[in-house]
Amino acid sequence: MDSKNTNDWLFEITPKNKFFSLNLREVWQYRDLLLLFVKRDVITVYKQTVLGPLWYLIQPLFTSVTFTIIFNNVAGIDTGSVPPFLFNLAGITVWNYFTACLNGTSDTFKANAAIFGKVYFPRIITPLSVVISTLIKFGIQFLIFIIFYIYYYFSGANLSINSSILFFPILIVIMGIFGLGLGMLISSMVTKYRDFSNLIGFGIQLLMYLSAVMYPMELIKEKIPKYGWIVDYNPLAYVIETSRYMLLNVGNISILGLAYTFGVTIMIFFIGLLVFNKTEKSFIDTV
Amino acid sequence: MEKDIILKAENISKQYRLGQVGTGTLSHDLNRWWHQIRGKENPYLKIGDVNDRSTKGTSDYVWALQDINFEVERGEVLGIIGKNGAGKSTLLKILSKVTAPTTGSIKSRGRIASLLEVGTGFHGEMTGRENIYLNGAILGMTKKEITSKLDEIIEFSGCERYIDTPVKRYSSGMTVRLAFAVAAFLEPEILVIDEVLAVGDAEFQKKAIGKMQDISREGGRTVLFVSHNMAAVKQLCTKGIVMENGRVVFEGSIDAVIDEYFNEDQLANDGKRTDISNDSVGFFTRWFIRDSNLFSISSDVKENICFEFTSNEDFTNCELGLVIRNFEGKIMLGCNSRDYEGDYFDIKKGNHVFKFELILPVIDGKYEIDIALVSNNTIIDQWASETNLIVKNKFESVLDRKWRGELNLKTSFSYDELP
Repeated sequence: MDSKNTNDWLFEITPKNKFFSLNLREVWQYRDLLLLFVKRDVITVYKQTVLGPLWYLIQPLFTSVTFTIIFNNVAGIDTGSVPPFLFNLAGITVWNYFTACLNGTSDTFKANAAIFGKVYFPRIITPLSVVISTLIKFGIQFLIFIIFYIYYYFSGANLSINSSILFFPILIVIMGIFGLGLGMLISSMVTKYRDFSNLIGFGIQLLMYLSAVMYPMELIKEKIPKYGWIVDYNPLAYVIETSRYMLLNVGNISILGLAYTFGVTIMIFFIGLLVFNKTEKSFIDTV
Repeated sequence: MEKDIILKAENISKQYRLGQVGTGTLSHDLNRWWHQIRGKENPYLKIGDVNDRSTKGTSDYVWALQDINFEVERGEVLGIIGKNGAGKSTLLKILSKVTAPTTGSIKSRGRIASLLEVGTGFHGEMTGRENIYLNGAILGMTKKEITSKLDEIIEFSGCERYIDTPVKRYSSGMTVRLAFAVAAFLEPEILVIDEVLAVGDAEFQKKAIGKMQDISREGGRTVLFVSHNMAAVKQLCTKGIVMENGRVVFEGSIDAVIDEYFNEDQLANDGKRTDISNDSVGFFTRWFIRDSNLFSISSDVKENICFEFTSNEDFTNCELGLVIRNFEGKIMLGCNSRDYEGDYFDIKKGNHVFKFELILPVIDGKYEIDIALVSNNTIIDQWASETNLIVKNKFESVLDRKWRGELNLKTSFSYDELP
């Protein structure tokens, strides 16, 4: 019988880690698990809460109100013809998707140590499921944005949509991949050095101020030309700025900036994947 | 016929770092990384002690497994036994790809599914049915496979009534049943199981063992089984390996392996107690048979089992309870000093010796001695000795061990023709 010959093993478990391995076929085999994880995340988050999925809406709405009061009414940031509340809501909705992806994926190893310690499946399924279930949450938040958009439209605000809105989904996917890549990178490092989980909390907050969430990109260059370049180098700022351009027809679209964002996203994603792959083989010994 | 090897472990070793991982590792990491870029061997692989819990090692690194080699044939049920910390679970973790070996490799000709724990990934907020899908998918089944087996799984678990109730409302026994049911319907070529039978009631354990036997016999599937339950190991496995301090010390047929395991266990046999705490008011110090350093009895002879006891104060209304268990943990004999018209007794501060005269007509083997002194309904001291009582007998049966039961009583037989 052929199967008894010496070297036709189905697979081998070895200490050596291939430099890069994303076994897509394996991920595809586990696609049902991916969907079940998404389902679990969605249905279990708000079990035993009174307001349930309404929590998805409360957070962005209150943040937008706060931002409008602080940044627009007090600090006097000008949002042009667009109502400041809608301006902020657009930025926050998109920004929230990124932070939810990053937060959800950055403690992959720590939060799932119990499962990972007991059974094997392609580990990337877990962060992937986070990114997808977060997308559903984003969808709900985006819906509330649309409702307010319609409300402002009929109450006479000067609003128009840009035709480039067709590319908006691509922008969201880029945002998701960026969050996933960065999340995988951080989750791998957290397994050894817990310092990173502390960093991420306030890191995200600082990053928000550099990502043009509550101000137009133009403005910062105008007001503090000396440090405006920091925002210029932040790929996330382009995503936020561009989505506002698509949704509200304000600000600028920079093809160069977007290309830069795209490049950085791909790079972060692959570095994240690389480190994640390296970690998944032995993290259980160090977590 | 040529052997049909389905799984082969070659020189598997696994190194762990002791102590806190967080402190001082950065420098080690940098050093390791520096060696790596220069193409040199990992500097921390060379040092390291044998995995032995009780002795203090000199190095921060320890080999949890060292040079493990074995082969498993298709359809074989391999039992892996050894004391706590012998490296069994580490080996299973490597086999189930949860962690990578430090050196060596495992080659396989079949899909491996592992059951290191029942109910991995169960979510309390989801219903039994939803959890069957989730758990099944985690173990590597597709949704379609699960759907096709759903009815069987639910039936096997015996949780039909509660299948649409969130699992957090289940009793622990029900959770285990449900989880095992999912795993039992997995269809990998190789199944790796770790001590999952330790939970659940006797009836369910029996069912579970029966199911695993079906899996290996009828399904022709290979099973690797780790357990402390020697009865289950004996019943289920065809071959076995004994592990000690991270090495395979014995390999062979399951009967030989179990004998070896028990023999090795008996080396430090002196009946003395090792874990006496200084602040107790009274404690057992040693047990022995008759009046000497004897720890074995014959199953058909009346003997005195003696216990030495040191009390630091006076005790009134004392009674003594003795329990003798077989290796499965089943109680063979339980007796009390007050049995058969005995009465409470008082003891003074000082050293004492207590004696139970008894006969133990059980089959040959090792038995655990568990003794307790009670005064005024309060336990003063309870001690399960590490030294086993060895029961011997000359009885020779034509039957296999598994048909002989627990009692060893001489029977006789005669026959007549009915008129």
